[in-house]
Amino acid sequence: MARYAGDSTARLGFALMRYSIFNLVRQALSGHRAWGPAWRDAAPKSAYDVVIIGGGGHGLATAHYLAKIHGISNVAVLEKGWIGSGNAGRNTTIIRSNYLLAGNNPFYEWSMKLWEGLEQDLNYNAMVSQRGVLNLYHSDAQRDTYARRGNAMRMHGVDAELLDAEAVRRMLPFLDFNGARFPIHGGLLQRRGGTARHDAVVWGYARAASDRGVDIIQNCEVTGFIREAGTIVGVETTRGSIRAGKIGMAVAGSTSRVAELAGLKLPIESHVLQAFVSEAIKPFIPGVVTFGAGHFYISQSDKGGLVFGGDLDGYNSYAQRGNLPTVEDVCEGAMALMPAIGRVRVLRSWGGVMDMSMDGSPIIDRTVIAGLYLNAGWCYGGFKATPASGWCFAHLLARDEPHAVARAYRLDRFATGHLLDERGVGAQPNLH
Amino acid sequence: MRIQCPFCGERDLSEFAYLGDADFRRPDPDAADAEARFFNAVYVRDNPAGPHDELWYHASGCRSWLRVTRNTRTHEILAVNFPTPSGGS
Repeated sequence: MARYAGDSTARLGFALMRYSIFNLVRQALSGHRAWGPAWRDAAPKSAYDVVIIGGGGHGLATAHYLAKIHGISNVAVLEKGWIGSGNAGRNTTIIRSNYLLAGNNPFYEWSMKLWEGLEQDLNYNAMVSQRGVLNLYHSDAQRDTYARRGNAMRMHGVDAELLDAEAVRRMLPFLDFNGARFPIHGGLLQRRGGTARHDAVVWGYARAASDRGVDIIQNCEVTGFIREAGTIVGVETTRGSIRAGKIGMAVAGSTSRVAELAGLKLPIESHVLQAFVSEAIKPFIPGVVTFGAGHFYISQSDKGGLVFGGDLDGYNSYAQRGNLPTVEDVCEGAMALMPAIGRVRVLRSWGGVMDMSMDGSPIIDRTVIAGLYLNAGWCYGGFKATPASGWCFAHLLARDEPHAVARAYRLDRFATGHLLDERGVGAQPNLH
Repeated sequence: MRIQCPFCGERDLSEFAYLGDADFRRPDPDAADAEARFFNAVYVRDNPAGPHDELWYHASGCRSWLRVTRNTRTHEILAVNFPTPSGGS
């Protein structure tokens, strides 16, 4: 039997089967009864080299790259619920690297490059689909802004194309081009952008990390930190005390609450962002489309449902659900852009708690407390960042220095004035 | 979510605009540690999960600023008051 790694059986107590056409045929012939679990649901040990708080995409990716790139596999990922039960399971699955600022662009482009090789790296079908991300513009001024962003992207080696209205019409003939209040003048297209399957990303990273010896511990909520002489040396959890050489927080949405346990106050507010999925319809929207005159973005999942969202509700919230005025605003954006979907019924809506930093950009840095490291402030752009976030956080944890593409994500940038304000709206988190 | 405006009565969320943490105070610019105080006032937040004092503006109503205590876990409105004339609570 082909193995994912030669010594899996001895280390994990079960054989991790490599997914391949050969194994699929083998399993089919035996009635699919011999597939093993993809990853090991571990019980906590008393100590690890590194403990990562948060079993979402970012935490699991961090564990995977710690083990794979840096050879640190005595690692635990602590998750208060089940893995992927937070924002990793509540996003709209869009991946892109169409950023303007020099502090942001290389990081998100590195993430895009990791997405492009993710399935081979993890031996897991994450359904990465580079179906294109198109940002529409609706005025001359907005075209100039998008041209500038596209130029910045190309100077960083990222693909970007500025389309005129005719080119957009050829791509998406069903948009409202006739008499719209905000006429479509064109769009900025990143063809390499697209979508990925959010749950598969979580499971793929969990499987790859678990195979390298990482303990994934669910139903294990951190309730406090263990301090010795000013240094944090472990965590108290609902499943007992766990000591660690280093502790990394990757709990976006709950960052302020976990940081409070360590006595830290951060430049973060938690806000609710709603998302929606419609009933399944035949293939209709080929890529990801965003409305530039409001805030509305939409794509179609492989099952056929339209997946869409818009603005934050705008007030502090940990509730994982929003209110109706935002639902109405999102649906108005949809109707302004593509009236054809007006009779499609919404199947589900939900809310996720966003870690809104005060400049709209993330934080990957040490904290002032020795032993405690921070990965936070992903606002509503955390999903696309998952691979690079894990890569750079692992680099920071292993080497105690920031990765080259994440140097701008310092925690002290708010005090020193080196903000990364992609939207240019200032310290007002509900506007980012 | 509905907010009980002291002037207008119970009104829908869509009539209000949100500012945020009600305990913002402009620090004394002449203080020796003014820089640190301004950093804290502008950027650092308690961000509690539970009761939160915050400022809302009744934009489509009486245009009063309101100090609202709201549970951020449940969105329950616990109290609505006017901010005091001194700019404090």
